[in-house]
Amino acid sequence: MSRPTGARHADPSHADPSHAGTGTGTGTGTGQAGDSQAGGGRGGPTRATAGLRGTGYFFAFCLDALRGLFRRPFQVREFVQQAWFISSVSILPAALVAIPFGAVIALQLGSLVRQLGAQSFTGAASVLGVVREASPIVTALIIAGAGGSAICADLGARKIREELDAMEVLGIDPVHRLVAPRIVAAALVAALLNGLVSVVGVAGGYFFNVVMQGGTPGAYLASFQALGQLSDLAVGEVKAVLFGAVAALVASYHGMTAKGGPKGVGDAVNQSVVLTFMLLFALNFVITAVYFQLVPQRGM
Amino acid sequence: MGVEVRVEGLTKSFGGQPVWSDVSLTLPAGEISVLLGPSGTGKSVFLKTLVGLLKPDRGAIWIEGQDLPRLSERALYEVRKLFGVLFQDGALFGSMNIYDNVAFPLREHTRKSESEVRAVVHEKLEMVGLLGAERKLPGEISGGMRKRAGLARALVLDPRIILFDEPDSGLDPVRTAYLNQLIIDLNQQTGATFLIVTHDINTARTVPDNIGLIYHGHLAMFGPREMLLSSTEPVVRQFLNAQRIGPIGMAEEKDSDELRAEAEAGVELPPLPPIPLQLAPSDGRPRAAEQPPGRWCEEHGVTPPAGSFRGVQGSVWQPTEALR
Repeated sequence: MSRPTGARHADPSHADPSHAGTGTGTGTGTGQAGDSQAGGGRGGPTRATAGLRGTGYFFAFCLDALRGLFRRPFQVREFVQQAWFISSVSILPAALVAIPFGAVIALQLGSLVRQLGAQSFTGAASVLGVVREASPIVTALIIAGAGGSAICADLGARKIREELDAMEVLGIDPVHRLVAPRIVAAALVAALLNGLVSVVGVAGGYFFNVVMQGGTPGAYLASFQALGQLSDLAVGEVKAVLFGAVAALVASYHGMTAKGGPKGVGDAVNQSVVLTFMLLFALNFVITAVYFQLVPQRGM
Repeated sequence: MGVEVRVEGLTKSFGGQPVWSDVSLTLPAGEISVLLGPSGTGKSVFLKTLVGLLKPDRGAIWIEGQDLPRLSERALYEVRKLFGVLFQDGALFGSMNIYDNVAFPLREHTRKSESEVRAVVHEKLEMVGLLGAERKLPGEISGGMRKRAGLARALVLDPRIILFDEPDSGLDPVRTAYLNQLIIDLNQQTGATFLIVTHDINTARTVPDNIGLIYHGHLAMFGPREMLLSSTEPVVRQFLNAQRIGPIGMAEEKDSDELRAEAEAGVELPPLPPIPLQLAPSDGRPRAAEQPPGRWCEEHGVTPPAGSFRGVQGSVWQPTEALR
């Protein structure tokens, strides 16, 4: 069956080199001209749709990944390994970033509050700033910068080494096997990281306020409850979980679509970190705005 | 046993640029086929399309009555279990050692106990000559070993179609010869359908039952080994004999002017070299798909080039009893 088809295929090709030779010789010239003209006419929309298409692919990937989260069996081993890995690259930088963050808030507020004669509320402002805003932002920075870039580089390297293709051919869905556990791991680590950053940040603020600026320890601690409330902590944790998941999704998507060798992986990591930062800061704003609308704030 | 793969009118393009179009061929069940082509003609793309890693623009791939590009994701993962693929660099999982790499498909897809897994992995590693290297990481072994480990992993689920993406790239001639022998022996033992993508002419001339040639965005020819090796079709002839004279230039194809100048200058094509014997399995027993040398030429009234089908010592090959 195959042989006659093969032989028949040979026939047109026999005439092809001579004919197609002239055809393409002139053809490529006109073809390119035609293409560039068409490109001028349709270039705008094509480029615009190309951008939209990228977004579309990303959302399709997110849906696949979310579906992968609920598919049995959940990859516990991969999850534990990833959670361990992400926390090992993010805990120390998170703590080190949190100390100056808390300190800066304490320093800024310290002089201002003294002029107003409200030193006893430094603690309240510090807690509010750290728990509500600084801590999710620091978590976002670290998760995107340390965790996300590591995830993206790892998956990107696997992609260009054809490991992901090999996995698919072996009948295993990389989204279910690799991406889903990474999302859960990043979300969990982000939530824990948020708690760590809050504690370290408040402690840093305490240290600067009490030791450097001569504030009263008792007043600092006592005013914790003045402005902040438990729902602040809750919304901070919600933010952190979302940030972790989004960072893992963006990083995985860019890693799995990396192409063009080692340079492609570098580009993918770069893009994923930049995009994650933008997305997380936007998301942070939206959640904060919604939170202020939904939850009544405590006055003094 | 092997499975027939029927490709009909397959077309693939990237960003409006066609890679190849209207490729139709049938990989006969249990036979070894080689797909040749100059660099950059999309041979690897074809291979990835065959396993559903890339979606073709048009066309069908029929495997056991299922059209692969139109399968749902779940069905596709099922059909893929028929396949074993050896990727260019082996595509081993860098975080696992050789043993875990080879055991991976078994652990994911079967309910075998660890001792059963060990037995299968041991068998496959022995087949590719990698016993003793189980605990090494892919980064610690040579390219040839990575390829063989990749092959062991591809074999572990007893696939019925095995695809090789340039098994001979980056290997020295001796290792290539061993690997080619291994391919022949595997075909004899498993009876699976083989497709090898390569541009190594020696492999193409001695290993397969069928040869296909992709050139200039289409399938120039596909058929039995002897048909292509005795073909006077310019592209086939030029490529299979590694000559400069012919339609293939340094860039994708030569200019028409250059070709005309070549024709006017009356450049004589050198005579076709003799067709070599096909590699035989190392234990001497014939493969199921094996054809006696010269049969196709005889049946189609083609006179093979002088000196064809001679063994290494210059003796004419004698068909074994089993094949007569």
